[in-house]
Amino acid sequence: MTATTADHHDDHHDHHPSGIGRWLFSTNHKDIGTMYLWFSFCMFIIGGLMALIVRAELFMPGLQLVTPHFFNQMTTNHALIMIFGAAMPVFVGLANWQIPMMIGAPDMALPRLNNWSFWLLPPAFTLLIGSLFSPGGAPAGGWTMYPPLSIQTGMGMDMAILAMHMMGISSIMGSINIIATILNMRAPGMHLMKMPMFVWTWLITAFLLVTSIPVLAGAITMLLTDRHFGTQFFDAAGGGDPVMFQHIFWFFGHPEVYILILPAFGVISQVIPTFSRKPLFGYSSMVFAVAAIAFLSFIVWAHHMYTVGMPLAGELFFMYSTMLISIPTGVKIFNWVATMWRGSMTFETPMLYAIGTVFLFSIGGFSGLMLAITPSDFQYHDTYFVVAHFHYVIFGGTITGAFCAVYYWLPKWTGHMYDEKLGKIHFWLTVIGMNITFFPQHFLGLAGMPRRIPDYSLQFTEFNMMSTGGALLLGLSQILFLYIVMKAIKGGEKATDQVWDGAEGLEWTLPSPPPAHTFTTPPLVK
Amino acid sequence: MENTGIASSNRKTSRWLLLFVVGMFGFGYALIPLYDVFCEIVGVNGKGIQIDTSNQSLAINRDRTIAVEFTGSIMGGLPWDFSPAKKVFVHPGETVRVAYLATNLASTDVTGKAVPSISPTKATRYFIKAECFCFNNQTLAADEQKEMPLVFKVDNDIPESVKTITLSYAFFRAEETEAGDTSS
Repeated sequence: MTATTADHHDDHHDHHPSGIGRWLFSTNHKDIGTMYLWFSFCMFIIGGLMALIVRAELFMPGLQLVTPHFFNQMTTNHALIMIFGAAMPVFVGLANWQIPMMIGAPDMALPRLNNWSFWLLPPAFTLLIGSLFSPGGAPAGGWTMYPPLSIQTGMGMDMAILAMHMMGISSIMGSINIIATILNMRAPGMHLMKMPMFVWTWLITAFLLVTSIPVLAGAITMLLTDRHFGTQFFDAAGGGDPVMFQHIFWFFGHPEVYILILPAFGVISQVIPTFSRKPLFGYSSMVFAVAAIAFLSFIVWAHHMYTVGMPLAGELFFMYSTMLISIPTGVKIFNWVATMWRGSMTFETPMLYAIGTVFLFSIGGFSGLMLAITPSDFQYHDTYFVVAHFHYVIFGGTITGAFCAVYYWLPKWTGHMYDEKLGKIHFWLTVIGMNITFFPQHFLGLAGMPRRIPDYSLQFTEFNMMSTGGALLLGLSQILFLYIVMKAIKGGEKATDQVWDGAEGLEWTLPSPPPAHTFTTPPLVK
Repeated sequence: MENTGIASSNRKTSRWLLLFVVGMFGFGYALIPLYDVFCEIVGVNGKGIQIDTSNQSLAINRDRTIAVEFTGSIMGGLPWDFSPAKKVFVHPGETVRVAYLATNLASTDVTGKAVPSISPTKATRYFIKAECFCFNNQTLAADEQKEMPLVFKVDNDIPESVKTITLSYAFFRAEETEAGDTSS
């Protein structure tokens, strides 16, 4: 035993190159986690700038700043970059940092695979962003890449398809790693039903990823062969069917929505008990609710395509199964509220973000229920109402959930408390900016403004101006976030090991900041 | 000792998951035949139209009359003009012949392929075609005008609620392959 420990000690020295090598060849879950987090922040800024171009064009009716084709490239790439570049990697980064520390493992199960998973992302996004400069420009037919348009566009589409394949491989490997870590590397005594909720939500998310991403890979491979190798999967002239692409795409696409939101649910299930100083209410019901949401996510996909002409029975099935998801989601929301009930609550920035997430996600959930109703969806389909809905879910749920996680664990990672006052300002600016941006879009959508169009009728002007103003506020506030994080990395009040006085779990037993290698001998969980 | 145990179970878990991923990739492709089967069962997407070239006659129900309307559209890249047949009124069981009219506007030979669709979908499986230009690729010489015949009947068992059937054809340009025929 002593011998093995000594051997390992030497190993660690070997695996610790300094300078750029530390990052390029890293197999350390903390370093890889850090790289994921910075990478996703960069993508968040790039995707955000694209959104601001879209909003700037929509400030006034008529065409002012960009051509319609460039506008379409911006909407498409904003979505691809935010979904695959910002929202997914940020939670993989959090998983890398936290899961080993939360289950008492020395590292991820497959550290070298972990390195590869991350280093596939920068070339993937270079390729995707590079497609903007290809002849014909980047894909401009929407992130969903529906044929026949996606089969007819230029080589930017091929670059995007290859980029998506790389991101997909990265996500699949990351998920295999996370599942193997959680199933095999838990400290003695850490039974499945004792795992922190963040670990549970990631285990289920990883299963969603390994199930759905290969289907997306299949769909975009079919697009690629339709484009270049004479197959006719989606070409009606050759016996194929473009609507079939929509079915296959959304079979991936709907679970993808839960891939984005479930880890955020996990984060707030850690944060709310900490700042309420009470254990999570209804732990096992939370686990089953997450599992139920994951299962249901695979049988509701066609609610994205009510208007393609489905048989009535199909529309009813997808309507009812979609509405069924609100039951486990409601269980979660009520459990969070019940956790706060009569707790001794304090409202540090992570807690503000957690409550903000519950609140904003609920608004997105309700507008989702409106969209689930088939007859009303015929009216809302492809309007700004849909845009408002999924931004409440993905910005209000996923991104604010990620901010919540960063504020919560930043003192642990850096060893310094962040500036609480600035953190609170960042929270309020973000939440106010977000609501000014997206709330008016509900009204625009209900009034019939279509999405993905660079021009609009005069009566939509005021709400669009509000929305653009909000977007600018929201975008600029993120500079403050960068400043807060940088400031905490550089210095600040020393964080204690436990950091928050209501915090419970293995990661809080480690020093702040934790040394490069933690839990080399597994802790015993009682 | 314990570490090698973990390493081997990690390998095992990864192997299973990798196999599962490959399986799901295959499942994506399996959705394509499944989709056709599903469309045929529920009669959407032009699938499930009966084809009966035997010309055997059915009992004609003179008490019911169903309106059959025709529409047609030309998809991008096909330099044709395509006008649908006039609306007809048919009794279930009666064999009817109509014709679309297609004109090649280009100065070269062009091959097209028509893909059918029926509305309402519940009428699909009661629509029986004996002869249709959509069975094969159609080639029109430069400036040629040609009748596109369609012989059909409506099954007696068609639900009472169906009063009107609309038959639509989308004409695509057929890819000119080596074999010269891409009909499926």
